[in-house]
Amino acid sequence: MSTSALSAPVPDNEVRRSTRTFGTRETMEIAVPLAVSVLVTTALFLLTPLDGAFGFVIVAFTIFMVAFFAAVRRARGAKHGIDRVVSVGITLAALITAAPLVLIVFTVFQKGLPALGFNTFTKTLEGVDPSSPPTTGGLLHALTGTLSQVGIATLVSVPFGIGTAVYLNEIQGAFTGLVRLLVDAMSGIPSIVAGLFVYTIWVVGPGHGFSGIAASFALAILMLPTVARTTEEMLRLVDPGLREASLALGSSQWRTVAQVVLPTARTGIITAVILGIARVAGETAPLLMTAFGADKIVGPIKSLTSPQSALPLFIFQQFAQDQRQRAWTGALVLILLVLALFTLARLLGRSKRNR
Amino acid sequence: MSSISPALTPGQPSQSNVDEAPRVLVTPSTRADKIFRGVNTGAALTSLLVMGLIAIFLFKQASPALNKAGSHFFTTFEWLPDEENAVYGIGAMLFGTVVAALIALIVAVPISFGTALFINEYAPIKIRRILVTLVDLLAAIPSLIFGLWGLSYFQPKLDGPALWLSKWMKFIPIFKTQVPIFGSSLFVSGLVLALMIVPIITSVSLAVMKEVPRVFCEAALALGGTKAGMIKEVVWPFSRGGLIGASMLGLGRALGETIAVALILSNDFRIPHNVLSPGGASVAGTIALKFPEAGENGRSALIAAGLVLFIFTLLVNVVARAVVKKTKAPGGARGSTGAKGSK
Repeated sequence: MSTSALSAPVPDNEVRRSTRTFGTRETMEIAVPLAVSVLVTTALFLLTPLDGAFGFVIVAFTIFMVAFFAAVRRARGAKHGIDRVVSVGITLAALITAAPLVLIVFTVFQKGLPALGFNTFTKTLEGVDPSSPPTTGGLLHALTGTLSQVGIATLVSVPFGIGTAVYLNEIQGAFTGLVRLLVDAMSGIPSIVAGLFVYTIWVVGPGHGFSGIAASFALAILMLPTVARTTEEMLRLVDPGLREASLALGSSQWRTVAQVVLPTARTGIITAVILGIARVAGETAPLLMTAFGADKIVGPIKSLTSPQSALPLFIFQQFAQDQRQRAWTGALVLILLVLALFTLARLLGRSKRNR
Repeated sequence: MSSISPALTPGQPSQSNVDEAPRVLVTPSTRADKIFRGVNTGAALTSLLVMGLIAIFLFKQASPALNKAGSHFFTTFEWLPDEENAVYGIGAMLFGTVVAALIALIVAVPISFGTALFINEYAPIKIRRILVTLVDLLAAIPSLIFGLWGLSYFQPKLDGPALWLSKWMKFIPIFKTQVPIFGSSLFVSGLVLALMIVPIITSVSLAVMKEVPRVFCEAALALGGTKAGMIKEVVWPFSRGGLIGASMLGLGRALGETIAVALILSNDFRIPHNVLSPGGASVAGTIALKFPEAGENGRSALIAAGLVLFIFTLLVNVVARAVVKKTKAPGGARGSTGAKGSK
């Protein structure tokens, strides 16, 4: 180093400064209060009437925070003491957020796997005695029902969703503010209200009765805002230069959108659609008053008139009938479906970013 | 225009050009363009149509039950719409819904703000990406699965904390229990709801915090401030409004959540004296549970309950979005609030 002509001369007595922000001193500042809090709390719980594991955690945590603050304050002042305590609290919040996901996926796998077999995907519940073991029968009828309902919902909502997004981002007419407000409001309507609405407008009003298609309508209502808003975000990412270049070459707005903007945002729009599907695939509440449920396979054509099962409906009804093992297996299939859709959307989104 | 007249030099308009009016720019719309605009405007207005139809049709179907019950619909704490002497009202359900949603909000808001701050200010870039994905994924988990997990795994684990609260926190009336029986309570459903609304509050808070100008944050740190100080003096004043909006969006979700609450609550139409004992009902959960077995007036009454829920969540959501939008004010306004906020 010192032989290089470019490097600045380093005086012999100067020590290279470490830029590390977490060293031995910081470790001690955490370790000592931690040890103190555990010891003091143990002593407290042995000597006083305090009891319970949860109480132990609460008391120990409080003592730790106070001791940690005191330790840092002694070394570096109250300002840094508050800073360290706040950072512990914030890190803890992030851990609490991440924990349920791991726990939920773990629980569903643990409870669902034992009864998951080949027949789960090849058989239905038609003619299956409720008292027979949970490994008999399957949920093919529910899986096909979900695919049919979500498929039709996608066909209905995607054109409207993309149209809304194009209107909001490309046309920007007189209703832009109102439409954006309504799409936002629509994304907040409870799913059960969408179910009630389809029930009043389709199931009882015209007297079509419970049917798979009614469920598709309810899901389409819930999917529309997700598709519209996510697509709008994707259209916003399209380089304005591309748009201007197309217009400058004399293309009409329609050609610009159809041949430049939408193709550029294609992967983003597919991601938006998949996220919309993932959102509605697990909806249960609206299905109770639309699809109603069945124990055999009902195809997309027949779903126009007859009740149909669906994965979430299957899980809910099996759980309500105390067929818990079947419900958990269904939950496992549902969570795998949602995870697969989510991963697909992520992969597509990533490939877009790399391009 | 200047390229057409060769005599024109920049900054010195020639005499002949002075009284020439600016040229009007007209883009001739082709027929394809007109159709294109019409179709997309039509698509955009479906949201208006759907929202309008929801309000009209729910009201139409709800009016028989509403007329029958009158103003008692909001104050009755019983649900027997299909009996001969029908008595029904959403008092108890509304109470349960609001209490569970408030518990959820109290728990979820600090966790969500903390998570958003962790992602934005503390986490290394790799962990940041993983956490954002986790939050998105948590939002994608179906509420039914939250309900199943909450009922069979989470609820038994909450007996300890419930016992602790009833023993040491009984000076707060809502934690005072007569007998130590817990579960199927507003407390449990509130906590499960909290986990379900953390993702939306976190992601909206994150979007709001990203709007805080980085230069102000860096200035605070460069002046010798700690991260906590920077959060208090820069991030908080800038994003306060948006964070309130984010919490309200979470509240809207919690109010309308159906299946998870329906699975956990015992659907008891009396006002529970505390939040730890079994009891309580929710509007959305009752609709889901009672609908399949309800008679004619029962369904009408449930649709009326749905109408109330619709209006309620609509108001919360619209106000929340307005508050979030207001904080994301463009350019100029941002600078002035910054000068005030960072002192």
